[in-house]
Amino acid sequence: MGVKRPNRRDFLKRGAALAGGVTLGAAEPVIRKATASAQSIEEQSQEVPSQEVQDWSSDELVAYGERSQHVTSVREPVNGRPSPDDFDLVFHIGTPLEEQVGAITPSSLFYFGTTRGSIVPTIDPAKHRLMIHGLVDRELIFTMDELKRFPSVTRLHFIECAGNGSSPRRGRLIESHGMTSCAEWTGVLLSTLLEEAGVQADGTWIVAEGVENVRGASSLPMAKAMDDIIVAYAMNGEPLRPQQGFPLRIVVPGFEGILHVKWLSRIKVVDRFYMTYNDYGHLRQDPDQAALSYQVGPKSVITWPSGGLDLPGAGFYEVRGLAWSGGGVVSRVEVSTDGGENWMDADFRGTPQRMAHTAFSFNWTWDGSEAMLMSRCTDELGQVQPTRAQRKGGLDNSIQPWRVQSNGSVTNGLA
Amino acid sequence: MDSLKLLPVLILLGPAAALAQSPTFGLGRTPSADEVLAWDISISPTGMELPAGSGTAEEGALTYRRKCARCHGADGTEGRAPRLVKSSRGSDANPWSYGRVLPIRAPYATTVWDYINRAMPLNREGSLTHDEVYSLTAFLLDINDVIPEGTVLDAQSLPMVVMPNRDTWAELPDWKPGMPRLLGYPY
Repeated sequence: MGVKRPNRRDFLKRGAALAGGVTLGAAEPVIRKATASAQSIEEQSQEVPSQEVQDWSSDELVAYGERSQHVTSVREPVNGRPSPDDFDLVFHIGTPLEEQVGAITPSSLFYFGTTRGSIVPTIDPAKHRLMIHGLVDRELIFTMDELKRFPSVTRLHFIECAGNGSSPRRGRLIESHGMTSCAEWTGVLLSTLLEEAGVQADGTWIVAEGVENVRGASSLPMAKAMDDIIVAYAMNGEPLRPQQGFPLRIVVPGFEGILHVKWLSRIKVVDRFYMTYNDYGHLRQDPDQAALSYQVGPKSVITWPSGGLDLPGAGFYEVRGLAWSGGGVVSRVEVSTDGGENWMDADFRGTPQRMAHTAFSFNWTWDGSEAMLMSRCTDELGQVQPTRAQRKGGLDNSIQPWRVQSNGSVTNGLA
Repeated sequence: MDSLKLLPVLILLGPAAALAQSPTFGLGRTPSADEVLAWDISISPTGMELPAGSGTAEEGALTYRRKCARCHGADGTEGRAPRLVKSSRGSDANPWSYGRVLPIRAPYATTVWDYINRAMPLNREGSLTHDEVYSLTAFLLDINDVIPEGTVLDAQSLPMVVMPNRDTWAELPDWKPGMPRLLGYPY
């Protein structure tokens, strides 16, 4: 943030207050009854509720816009673990999905996690390089400028951490679902770069590596690398944020978050599963569990209302939520208000896209009696979101119930 | 979107389309062999990329005391950093019973070597010599009863270590585009 100029701003506020008598700060809005007599524009403007004067000329507001002082949604460390911690390591930070509108998570609120905790590096993009090497015909090093000259793609994709999951102890949405976010990513398809390098016949896996202090590295099968992985340099219309891998990362559509390597500087084409530190932590003993810990299943959650966001009383509400699947496009979302006895189709808000958060809504007139709200996602492969009892393992994609009590309080239906 | 991506390919290839193996865009440069060597810290389970050097658990214990114990604890169990020794709660019959302890859960000793080499010690990553990494790996495998006392680890012997979890982890599925999360599983 730039240096604030409170004196000038205060002066302007005082001046405005003196000149127009406009309400400031937390004071009650002044609303005057309209009269039949002619009003000046100044008088009319005082009928607008909560009008305040902000200094929109300060450097930080002109150069890089700020949100309103009245919008206060913030991220928070997951499970109360301090971040940064004793070692200055940054761990997982959840996004306030309950306050998100639409499918795209603002970059400032995008959840983030690191490999085993790491320090977010400061990287000069002019000095940053990506090397592709190993079992290729032509080993290559690219500058950022060169990467941006390649044909690009721009796609919406969600990322979700395997640690996301419902629990009776996680009462608020940010606690159970805060480690998933969705952005519009721009970059080069990894297949474009791999074709440029020429993958040899025995190149069946890749290892992608970052340049942060712990050099986080993950292995991915060549089939995924050649399918839809993006070597991304931008999100939501601007360069990646440092916490999201500035200046370069991979986005691995539909796969668990740890595989989306950030601060990417090296891709090695190899002949087998290399079993990096990240990979070993992902291992499971049971084959079904191993499979489930790779591609995210069909998932949805009602974001509003959700735990702690109480309803003021009976009446009409638009119930809102997000649905996504690592298997492709969300084809259907259903909502139940009676704990899963009856299901009704929800409406999509926006066009569902592959491996992207899809916003949905459901018109609901609450009669004031106790209700249990749930949502259920079906994807283009026909995979259906399981209940908690049906869930087999892997990244938790089970149905999250929210209990609405007759007094309007909303709590975790699992508790 | 995808068809647009192909457009420049077709334009550039033109009559030379038969040379499917040549680069299409001609961007980037070829690194020198030295550059690749300096940059490449990946280690295959075969140990192919392991550098020269060697170490024993005895040497590793000294290095551990100086460079690791402050975070991982004097005996690898009590520090603020992750535990490095199996607990008495598990059993050797099932390495999974010990929880996520790197020198036990990792299927290959190369994973242990690689992680120490790339990521330790915290805030001084990359400062260990290859001998120190071999000896620290030997120390961790020794205190977890994976290798016999006095074993010398080097580029030849380290990949030969049979780790407790070598054959008891489940292979990931052979992933293909459009594949469900788990075959035969409706959810």
